[in-house]
Amino acid sequence: MFEPDQPYRCSPRVSLRPEPFGALAYDFSTRRLSFLKTKLLVEVVRALEAQPDVHTTLDAAGVPDGERPSYLKALEGLANTGTIERRD
Amino acid sequence: MKLVEHFKEGLNSPICLTWELTYACNLSCVHCLSSSGRRDPRELSTAECKAVIDELQRMQVFYVNIGGGEPTVRSDFWELVEYAVAHQVGVKFSTNGVKLTPERARWLAATDYVDVQISLDGATAEVNDVVRGPGSYDTAIRAMTNLRDAGFRDFKLSVVMTRQNVGQLDDFARIADEYGAQLRITRLRPSGRGADVWDELHPTAEQQLELYDWLVARGEKVLTGDSFFHLNALGSDPLPGLNLCGAGRVVCLIDPVGDVYACPFAIHQEFLAGNVRDEGGFATVWTDSELFTRLRGPQTGGTCTSCSAYDACQGGCMAAKFFTGLPLDGPDPECVKGNGERALATVGAAPRSDVDHSHRKSRKVPVSIGFGPPSRPDRACDTSPLAGLR
Repeated sequence: MFEPDQPYRCSPRVSLRPEPFGALAYDFSTRRLSFLKTKLLVEVVRALEAQPDVHTTLDAAGVPDGERPSYLKALEGLANTGTIERRD
Repeated sequence: MKLVEHFKEGLNSPICLTWELTYACNLSCVHCLSSSGRRDPRELSTAECKAVIDELQRMQVFYVNIGGGEPTVRSDFWELVEYAVAHQVGVKFSTNGVKLTPERARWLAATDYVDVQISLDGATAEVNDVVRGPGSYDTAIRAMTNLRDAGFRDFKLSVVMTRQNVGQLDDFARIADEYGAQLRITRLRPSGRGADVWDELHPTAEQQLELYDWLVARGEKVLTGDSFFHLNALGSDPLPGLNLCGAGRVVCLIDPVGDVYACPFAIHQEFLAGNVRDEGGFATVWTDSELFTRLRGPQTGGTCTSCSAYDACQGGCMAAKFFTGLPLDGPDPECVKGNGERALATVGAAPRSDVDHSHRKSRKVPVSIGFGPPSRPDRACDTSPLAGLR
């Protein structure tokens, strides 16, 4: 379950490769390839680790209010596939 | 811009990189897309292969599909696999199974980031061996048995669909289940020796429909390497995948001598972008080659643009068109609207690749030795050293 008021991080098993549209995310353990479709989303995913929770990360990255729901939805998807995960 | 549009313009690194490590092969499959058989003396050395792996790591190519020839016959094959996975380059390799002993299968099962793909083109020895050669069915089954017994789960069972085996689709699925493998089916291409058998082996129009329906019913459970997007116009459900020709955009091939081609099915001078031994290595070829830049530019659908199915099929496969003599902006030879067949009736001889490492035929060719005085040259300017002699 995705809990945006909790601390998250990009999975250590996942590698991000910058691309013109955003980034490719590859999970070495599941061999699953996924796409981060904006550069801002890549920035958010990379910044998660240094922030206390997801909401603060979105604020710090400057995600516009109107796009917040779609970013939360995208992050929920990434959490479901294990690209990002809860950290302690 | 949609993701697929970005893909058309090319990525910083390939997503799907095929690397054929050797042209040497113990088999002589009649449809071999790389006309493999004999080793090329210019093959990349172990050190050169490792340098390529280092470069792939820098480019963040997360995994490569290794093939051949039969890659496992290279004496440094397992060393290269180990080197790749230790450098964040995962490996999936295609094999006919010849070197997959029980011991090797256990090693593979214990190694992370390695996946195995066993080639089998018939669900029975009878159908398979006609295409892949005598004994090849048993070799593949033995390899799959070893993988299963070693606890290797979800390796791939890879089948090239032909007129002889479309009817065996359910049997292939059963075999895959039996060995704990995942079924992968791909399209026969008229590439390499595939050109010689294309007319007799490529599935009929009725079989294409059967194949499409079978795939739609199974969704993402069966892998296809996105190779059947030319069939998307057969129904309203697109097959899972990118639905585009990835050649030079998200896909490419490094061949055993380091030549970089736009796709594994396009080993021909026309689709040669450069060589990893060139200055700047693979990265420069991928990023800057004239050919790849052109493939990433706007493409024209030619005569297909006006067809209602163009959005669904995108004009089909570049290599299939090229090696059947069709124009690249024309219909696919297996166009589901029949435009390919009509176009084929009007084209001349198809281009052939000059890259051919097929085993020499064992058939004896009679050699005639002439006796008697050399005949008189028919023209005074004959360049024969015998010109002028009587």
